Amino acid sequence: MAFSMHAPVQARPEERRQALDDIDLPEGELPGSLAEIYEKSGIPEVFARLDRDLIGLAPVKGRVREIASLLIVDKVRRQLGLTAEPPTLHMSFTGNPGTGKTTVAMRMAQILHQLGYIRTDRLVAVTRDDMVGQYIGHTAPKTKEILKRAMGGVLFIDEAYYLFRPENERDYGAEAIEILLQIMENQRDDLVVVVAGYADKMAKFFTANPGFRSRVAHHIDFPDYGAAELLEIGELMLARQNYRFDAKARAAFADYVKIRMNQPHFANARSIRNALDRARMRQAIRLFQEKDKPLTKESLTTIQEGEIRQSRVFRGGIEGWPEGVPDAQGAGQPGMEK
Amino acid sequence: MPMTQGTFSFLPDLTDEQIRAQVKYCFDNGWAVNIEYTDDPHPRNTYWEMWDLPMFDLADPAGVITELEACKKVFPNHYIRISAFDSTAGWESLRISFIVNRPKEEPGYHLERNETHGRTVQYTLRPYATQKPAGQRY
Repeated sequence: MAFSMHAPVQARPEERRQALDDIDLPEGELPGSLAEIYEKSGIPEVFARLDRDLIGLAPVKGRVREIASLLIVDKVRRQLGLTAEPPTLHMSFTGNPGTGKTTVAMRMAQILHQLGYIRTDRLVAVTRDDMVGQYIGHTAPKTKEILKRAMGGVLFIDEAYYLFRPENERDYGAEAIEILLQIMENQRDDLVVVVAGYADKMAKFFTANPGFRSRVAHHIDFPDYGAAELLEIGELMLARQNYRFDAKARAAFADYVKIRMNQPHFANARSIRNALDRARMRQAIRLFQEKDKPLTKESLTTIQEGEIRQSRVFRGGIEGWPEGVPDAQGAGQPGMEK
Repeated sequence: MPMTQGTFSFLPDLTDEQIRAQVKYCFDNGWAVNIEYTDDPHPRNTYWEMWDLPMFDLADPAGVITELEACKKVFPNHYIRISAFDSTAGWESLRISFIVNRPKEEPGYHLERNETHGRTVQYTLRPYATQKPAGQRY
């Protein structure tokens, strides 16, 4: 989050009324059909974008749809005067690095905003550093500051388990958790909290903080990507930056993905992005080496086979890691990124 | 006699909903919102105590309302006001300031006439409340 006194000027409240509240239902009368309401809510566009921008992740998208349908039904019930407790919306996203947790959280904020469950579609992403202070009495104001900033929207706590450090009983993380739980319970209308992290560590975190587990209603697990999906993601990333593979480079990249996937420290989409960044650099070097040739738009946008095959991955190394560092612990565990 | 001051001084006290809407307006304009309190109701008293820190980078009034409730809990019988600071170059000053809490009993002011040379009279306004030391006024 950028520290800025000049917050962007946002639209006036009347311009951003929530879509679903605009659908007027005659008091006590049943709406035509749910499909009608669904169409009018603007949610289909968000889902279409979710499908288009995010490759794979079928179970995640399924869960998001389930939550959305629950919320739509709840909304309609409320409009008909069938009162129910407002649903708890706090969520936990678990999965390996680079599986799209932050991206989905951002989309979740849009969906919840469209359904009128939160007042802005703003997502405040924080980690332990932002919430836990360095000395006694520092934590509470810091945590409250973050919570206030996120109110009306979604608070995304990445690697939430670092808040809890049982090995150090004087750690201030517990204080942050306490304040967080209080707000999660008392101001459910003001704030939706999404905690994210690796599955095994999150499980431990929830066991140690039963209060947390019971306040989080939705647990969504993000699966790892398959090789075909990763290739597709790579191509989508390149297309967004106005690059493309030629036919041979595409085949080479498919090989690359297959090898890299089974290496340690593999971080799914993030590793793919890093690999592509390096390929772009090698392409620039190649263009410099043949600098006498006339430049074309074609040559500037095409990544060739050589750029991929040069990678150390094809020679048994790991890209982005010092040469000759054997992977003693955590071999093949995608969860061990650091 | 109720003390009035600031942007909505001629209106009745704002309701919670109206306060929320005003704070929202401030955030939509990108201003930083502050909560201040005092027990010295003199109109020339511009130095109020600040509650918590200035709140900028917020999107929703809920954060301010939370702090305001906390402030009211500690100072139920003080004057509390909300002000908003515009940091835009050229402005760099308060754009709005309004009272959101006041003591239940406001004893009002004593007007003192001080006769000086000739028939000149100097007027001084003294709140009855400030006859007691700070902290015991309301």
